[in-house]
Amino acid sequence: MADATPGTPMLDVSGIDVFYGDVQVLWDLSFTVGRAEIVALIGANGAGKSTTLKTISGILRPRRGRITYDGRALGDVEPHRLVELGLVHVPEARRLFVEMSVEENLELGALRGEARRRRAETKEQVFSLFPRLRERRRQAAGTLSGGEQQMVAIARGLMGLPKLMMFDEPSLGLAPILVQEIFNVVKRIRDEGTTVLLVEQNVRQTLAIADRAYVMETGRVEMQGSGRDLLGDPHVKAAYLGL
Amino acid sequence: MNPAKIEVLLQTLISGLLLGGLYALIGLGMTIIMGVMKIINLAHGELMMVGMYIAYVLFAWLHLDPYLSILVAAPLLFLLGAIIQKYLVNPVLKVDAILPENQVILTVGIGMVLANLATMIFKSDYRTAPVDYATKAWYLSDIWKGSPIELSLSYPWSVSFLFAVVITAGLWFFLSRTDMGKSIRATAQDKDAALLMGVNVERMRMFTFGLGSALVGAAGCLFLPIYYLYPDVGGQFTLTGFVITILGGLGSTFGAIIGGLVLGVFESLTATYVGMGWAPVGRFVVFVLVLVFVPGGVASLLRRRRFGK
Repeated sequence: MADATPGTPMLDVSGIDVFYGDVQVLWDLSFTVGRAEIVALIGANGAGKSTTLKTISGILRPRRGRITYDGRALGDVEPHRLVELGLVHVPEARRLFVEMSVEENLELGALRGEARRRRAETKEQVFSLFPRLRERRRQAAGTLSGGEQQMVAIARGLMGLPKLMMFDEPSLGLAPILVQEIFNVVKRIRDEGTTVLLVEQNVRQTLAIADRAYVMETGRVEMQGSGRDLLGDPHVKAAYLGL
Repeated sequence: MNPAKIEVLLQTLISGLLLGGLYALIGLGMTIIMGVMKIINLAHGELMMVGMYIAYVLFAWLHLDPYLSILVAAPLLFLLGAIIQKYLVNPVLKVDAILPENQVILTVGIGMVLANLATMIFKSDYRTAPVDYATKAWYLSDIWKGSPIELSLSYPWSVSFLFAVVITAGLWFFLSRTDMGKSIRATAQDKDAALLMGVNVERMRMFTFGLGSALVGAAGCLFLPIYYLYPDVGGQFTLTGFVITILGGLGSTFGAIIGGLVLGVFESLTATYVGMGWAPVGRFVVFVLVLVFVPGGVASLLRRRRFGK
């Protein structure tokens, strides 16, 4: 196993092709995420952003290409081992275990290894980040509001002690004031040393916090650049910001 | 109502609850398999039949008490279930077939093979395990001399019921308090999300099929002292399990317990007030009524209270 040196990127996606059945949805896709960066994938519905995250988490397998995480080729790693390696995916639409309590949801985020050993301690930290969840710890996750559910999803991810955290549309369907709160939390997670890969349709706020971003269209990377540069780019302005 | 009628009613309710506790154990095994695998295991009663024969053989050869034989039958049935899942059901699940229900049809086939194997080995004779406490019972008049009515509590039925309660409590503890139990519930609710939590979903499926089989194998041991045994005995219990699973709400463990008790009482009432032979008809009346009026079963009623929808 290659050593994880600070110089290598946290995540290196290199030339992957991914299919749903016979339909190709990702075409020779490549990008990198550096340590402690916030990198965003932006693009329209159906551009392949969620598919990209699902492929990194091993729910889908690339037919060609290679994904390296923290110096390790992911093709050899069984998907259920990824959390233990610090690769955590907060999925689209939250995907909470709705009939289980908030606390049980959090516990399921820390099933193995170091995260399991430090479960009680991490739970306290997560509760101080989201005090509302402490109040609702015994409630079934499905009875919470949309914003609270998104907090549970993020908190559940944090329980796994992530080195790289992937968020899929965390602001989807939330009220504007909550959207801002979610983005603040994402930024704070990075500031505490966790690398972030963020998939979003909320382009303006995403580019405002992203160090770098890739613009995806129909399964390919069309543009890349720093968050600030892309915010000023005429094509991005016209296509995604409605300016 | 005169005392004689009250006596019959109470006795019927007691028998129904005792039967229902055993039914709940059968339904629990089926419903956890349903929850995690998303298939109805139509070989469930036949797995119970295997459990009964294991207990029978141990009794006939070694005079091992059927209640003790749970310690042998449950692990063996766990293995059998896990093997069936890994080498038969799982490969079929992965195939894109014209019939999406082909795994269910596979379980029907597995049930037939088990029943026919039992016929080859044991012939189709009816057998019982003549335990010495088979006809022992407690009577209300022994405790309360002046009781105006007389009720009896059969010893083997009560012991079987108590075992069923203990096993059910153990299962509840396992599912609600241990990481593995929570992982099983998580897999049943959303298997992709469970995978993202680091749950080894493939292993959970194998384990759950084994666990469900072990539960129904234990139920087989509990039925041996109170029931007769023949190779095709499983079919009726598959149907019973199926009705309980629908009654309780697919995949709901609490629903299966309620469903088992309701069905036991209903069958007992039918047997007393309509006629012995009508009990299976009663079972299907419940089944049809539930499908028409509460299609989601007990679980949907609970969910409505909890989530307000």
